[in-house]
Amino acid sequence: MIEWRDEGIVLAVRRHGEAHALLDVMSAGHGRWCALVHGGASRAKQALLQPGNRLDLVWRARLADQLGHFGVEPAALHAGSILGDPLRLKLMLAAVALVLGIVPERHPYPRIHAGLAGLLELLTISDAPPLRLGEGLVRFELGLLADLGFGLDLACCAVTGSSEDLTHVSPKSGRAVSREAGAPWVDRLLDLPAFLRPGANAGPSDDEELEQGFRLTGHFLARHAFAATHRPIPPVRSDAIAALLAATGKEAERTQLAADAQPPRA
Amino acid sequence: MGKQEGAEKRMKTPVHPRIDGLIQAIARLPGLGPRSARRIVLDLLAHRESRMRPLAELMRQVADEIRECPRCGNLDLAEPCTICRDERRQGHALCVVEQVSDLWALERAGLHRGRYHVLGGVLNALEGIGPKDLRIAPLVARIDAEGVEEVILALSATVDGQTTAHYLAERLHEKGVRVTAIAHGVPVGGSLDYLDEGTLAAALKDRRPV
Repeated sequence: MIEWRDEGIVLAVRRHGEAHALLDVMSAGHGRWCALVHGGASRAKQALLQPGNRLDLVWRARLADQLGHFGVEPAALHAGSILGDPLRLKLMLAAVALVLGIVPERHPYPRIHAGLAGLLELLTISDAPPLRLGEGLVRFELGLLADLGFGLDLACCAVTGSSEDLTHVSPKSGRAVSREAGAPWVDRLLDLPAFLRPGANAGPSDDEELEQGFRLTGHFLARHAFAATHRPIPPVRSDAIAALLAATGKEAERTQLAADAQPPRA
Repeated sequence: MGKQEGAEKRMKTPVHPRIDGLIQAIARLPGLGPRSARRIVLDLLAHRESRMRPLAELMRQVADEIRECPRCGNLDLAEPCTICRDERRQGHALCVVEQVSDLWALERAGLHRGRYHVLGGVLNALEGIGPKDLRIAPLVARIDAEGVEEVILALSATVDGQTTAHYLAERLHEKGVRVTAIAHGVPVGGSLDYLDEGTLAAALKDRRPV
């Protein structure tokens, strides 16, 4: 019998038969993992098996490549604190949908787990302003890209090597470009929001910056991560961004973010 | 037990295929398995006149006559259903539930004197269940047609249930109707030290002056 113990965040739960459930988690040391929870459809377990909850897991199977089953105990039940707030709920579902969409199973991604755990902690802070919540999701998406091998290099200019006045990002290489070097191609470059520039020590100052951040991560999520799966970015992300921008006082229709959800044509 | 082994064992048992078919049909029902299905079938066969025939007749009648109410989604003999036709019920208060079983639970409690609307499930973005898969459009249509003043969202306290509740609240606020949701928190007879953090958080958040 093979066994491991870890801490994991619930991503999705599907009913299996009448009494059991298939639980998909993002674990700290083993990555995304799916296994059976005996009695997972029971009322007592349903409270635990809600997306966003952190659980102490014990996985057991006879062979390593079997589905196996989870023993679950509560570690931090975030879902209950998030359920009542539509914006926080949408942000959590967006993050969970991104992980489910692009993170392969059974490979450890400790930074993605830590990023998701950090975002969930942020979402439970009741007085956190929407701009801060949005920044949390942008940073989570940057970490997601980085851990999957599509990280952006925002430290210095791809053309001059300078770390001064970085204002744009190349949509192809994902490297930062300074204002001066990028001037001839400014209409083709992505904006680098101030809060993501090297040395920035403050979050987004307005919704414009936040929108730039989401356009940046959305472009690379679609171009690299989701293009490989031949699927668009889950619409729940654009719903969450629209809700976020509406909460920060901006009309969601202004954004082109829904268009970013489509993967580039081969 | 493997599939083949199970099939062989079934073949060897001295049960007539028709009885075996009945056992298998009953075993597929929720809450039942092959063992309980066998007990039920044996009991029915032992009481053919007093139990089996009346049960068969009732099942035939229900299958032939029970309809889904086109207005609210309830199951009833009449269209519209008894609840929708009841003039004594308050037409201005509409309670939205996920399934017919939730409607029955509320009716058993006898606390809601208005009408109902059964959604037929909840939204689940991850599994691709969207608004078009639920009875949301008929709900929006009922707001105007029936002069509804308050919509009570009685949906489960799960991520999917509350996602649906927030979506409906957003859609229905546009119609200018009052939207309320049932409270979540400490159950009657519940003790705080047995409650999970989520329930406690919801209960504290929705505290009220006493």
